[in-house]
Amino acid sequence: MRLTVDHVTCYRYAAPVRGVVQSHRLTPSVFEGQTVLDWKVTVTDGLQGGSFRDGAGDRISAWSVIGPVSEILVQVTGTVDTRDLAGVLRGHRETVRPEVYLRDTLPTRVDTALIDLSEAAEGADGPLEAAHRLSAAVAEAIAYRPGVTEAHTTAAEALGLGEGVCQDHAHALIAIARHRGMPARYVSGYLFADAEGKAHEAAHAWAEIWLPGLGWVGFDPANACCPDERYIRLSSGFDAQDAAPIRGIARGPGAETMAVRVAVCTQGQQQEQQ
Amino acid sequence: MTTYFNEMYDNGAVRAPYARLEDWMRQMPAELRQMKQAEAETLFRRIGITFAVYGEGGDPDRLIPFDMFPRVFTAAEWTRLERGIKQRARALNMFLADVYGRGEIVKAGRIPARLVYENEAYEKAVVGFVPPKGVYSHIVGIDLVRTGPDEFFVLEDNCRTPSGVSYMLENREIMMRMFPDLFRENRIQPVDSYSERLRRTLASVAPAKCTGEPRVVLLTPGHFNSAYYEHSFLADLMGVELVEGQDLFVEGEFVWMRTTEGPKKVDVIYRRIDDAFIDPLCFRPDSMLGVPGLMDVYRSGGVAICSAPGAGVADDKAVYTFVPEMVRFYLGEEPILNNVPTWQCGKADDLKYVLDNLPELVVKEVHGSGGYGMLVGPKSTKAEVEAFRLKILDDPDNYIAQPTLALSTTPTFVAEGIAPRHVDLRPYCLVGESIDLVPGALTRVALKDGSLVVNSSQGGGVKDTWVLAE
Repeated sequence: MRLTVDHVTCYRYAAPVRGVVQSHRLTPSVFEGQTVLDWKVTVTDGLQGGSFRDGAGDRISAWSVIGPVSEILVQVTGTVDTRDLAGVLRGHRETVRPEVYLRDTLPTRVDTALIDLSEAAEGADGPLEAAHRLSAAVAEAIAYRPGVTEAHTTAAEALGLGEGVCQDHAHALIAIARHRGMPARYVSGYLFADAEGKAHEAAHAWAEIWLPGLGWVGFDPANACCPDERYIRLSSGFDAQDAAPIRGIARGPGAETMAVRVAVCTQGQQQEQQ
Repeated sequence: MTTYFNEMYDNGAVRAPYARLEDWMRQMPAELRQMKQAEAETLFRRIGITFAVYGEGGDPDRLIPFDMFPRVFTAAEWTRLERGIKQRARALNMFLADVYGRGEIVKAGRIPARLVYENEAYEKAVVGFVPPKGVYSHIVGIDLVRTGPDEFFVLEDNCRTPSGVSYMLENREIMMRMFPDLFRENRIQPVDSYSERLRRTLASVAPAKCTGEPRVVLLTPGHFNSAYYEHSFLADLMGVELVEGQDLFVEGEFVWMRTTEGPKKVDVIYRRIDDAFIDPLCFRPDSMLGVPGLMDVYRSGGVAICSAPGAGVADDKAVYTFVPEMVRFYLGEEPILNNVPTWQCGKADDLKYVLDNLPELVVKEVHGSGGYGMLVGPKSTKAEVEAFRLKILDDPDNYIAQPTLALSTTPTFVAEGIAPRHVDLRPYCLVGESIDLVPGALTRVALKDGSLVVNSSQGGGVKDTWVLAE
């Protein structure tokens, strides 16, 4: 599937700031499931710093903006050919050992309710089935509902509420997979949701679980499936914060507001729109 | 009854390194001693050296007691120690290069993968990145104790930012001022080149993108930090800028320092800030102490950070057990310095041994420091031992145990005159393009009679440490 991405993040500062520094993971991952045709990231008056691929395989690019500045736009545009690999991250080059992703972080720490939820994998025929069962259990326990949780909500809190968004689903799945000794991580990316699809945001997140023989495999409890040709993978980490596509900070007292607009379309759709 | 090795007296005879100190000691009447002690204290107060050794807690403005009786090593004793310390510092750095690279030592089954890769100090962010000159720990502080003429044991390694070296330098300075005759009568190797050697070590790991003379800075968390005095002291001696996070900023591919003459590019950062706080864009987002974007500059070769982020995985108390294995694996040598035998309470067999022998053992928390939360079996009451038994059973993984070592003693000035007190030793090994060690170290002394705990928070003091010339 040929997907085009148009992703704009606008940062506004109540008072002009002296400068902005950002760290981006906004480049599609390199693996057999996706091929980049063109891809471009721009930052208003941005000065590009170092760019390198880290041990997890993510392309990291540093940006800085010399102030005073009161508004910057981060624009991502590009086209990617995707293939359905049933969630398997085949051909992805990375050197971080899977065991590293057994370590928990604050948002992915289990409580007794999450431990109970992890029992869904009890008696599964092998790790792959166990992972599917865990993903299904999360999908069932946390209903999709925007506005209930926020950026700092933990997996345990989201499960307690019984509602949340893709970030909460991913955190919950990561927490219970790690609890069962399965390395798990958070993935940030884009999702093309067609007319019949659920109304998820095009900026999406899911989890990957490391399975012997298969390596890293994506699971998206929010959509009760494994990532396929509708998904574009950008970056990974222990949790949402660690995997964030943009981390940035402004120097200066001005309060920051942020607005995001993301559109993911198929090539055909875009032509129809023109 | 345990007998302790006395570094000055061997069956009543004075050991060679202390030969010239006996007269000095005998010729010092109590009044003179008290006067000198008061003088030393005044000097320390005037300099403002009142900080606690790293992670020891306690009142940061409290003066650590200085004992005027020096501790002495012969050149031959030091030569062996030096070989052992350098060997260990080299192996620790090779271990770090390995576990952030191919992980051969884990693949070879010489250290459990879990201890390395699930370790909180293992930084995923630097996997696959090779720091300038391949060095991770540029200042390795190795804590040693002595139990006999030739028996030394390593208690722990400090690969991040070991502190206390300013005491090594100040203790010497003050001794030279107060007792100049001693330094004429004894051929004592100088330690004052440490700061220049440290500066050279730091400059030697400037990144590839640095052309010309590297600019080195010392990054401190600020004046509220208990070791701030040491930060400013070392920066001053090295002739480099002492900076806080807010004095530095990232622009383009480099880190810059604000100065009255405009921004200056920084090439090497000797940081005295923990990993978690050095860059809110990579680690803790709420940190105000660090420099946003620093890790991206570092990982794209624009700046060197000393010690390298992630170096802490080598000085973890559980990893410690495997350092002799590292020496054999990477260097193909037998370790010159021994580890203290250590039982991991998280292992069933070890736990059983520990619980069966609790009154004879020293038990420590895996991540604890400063002599807090530990049990010294032979010095504890039955009730204290039993209370500690429950703590171990509650969370066995959190504890390691070691035999109670018969720490050596050296003569120390006490209220009643001169008496033996237990000591340890922390040398500071420098690792850059080459590996370097000044002939000296920090000696900590347990001032309480019979105490084996040398930490300043538990009533410890410091001494000048001499290495005699051949």
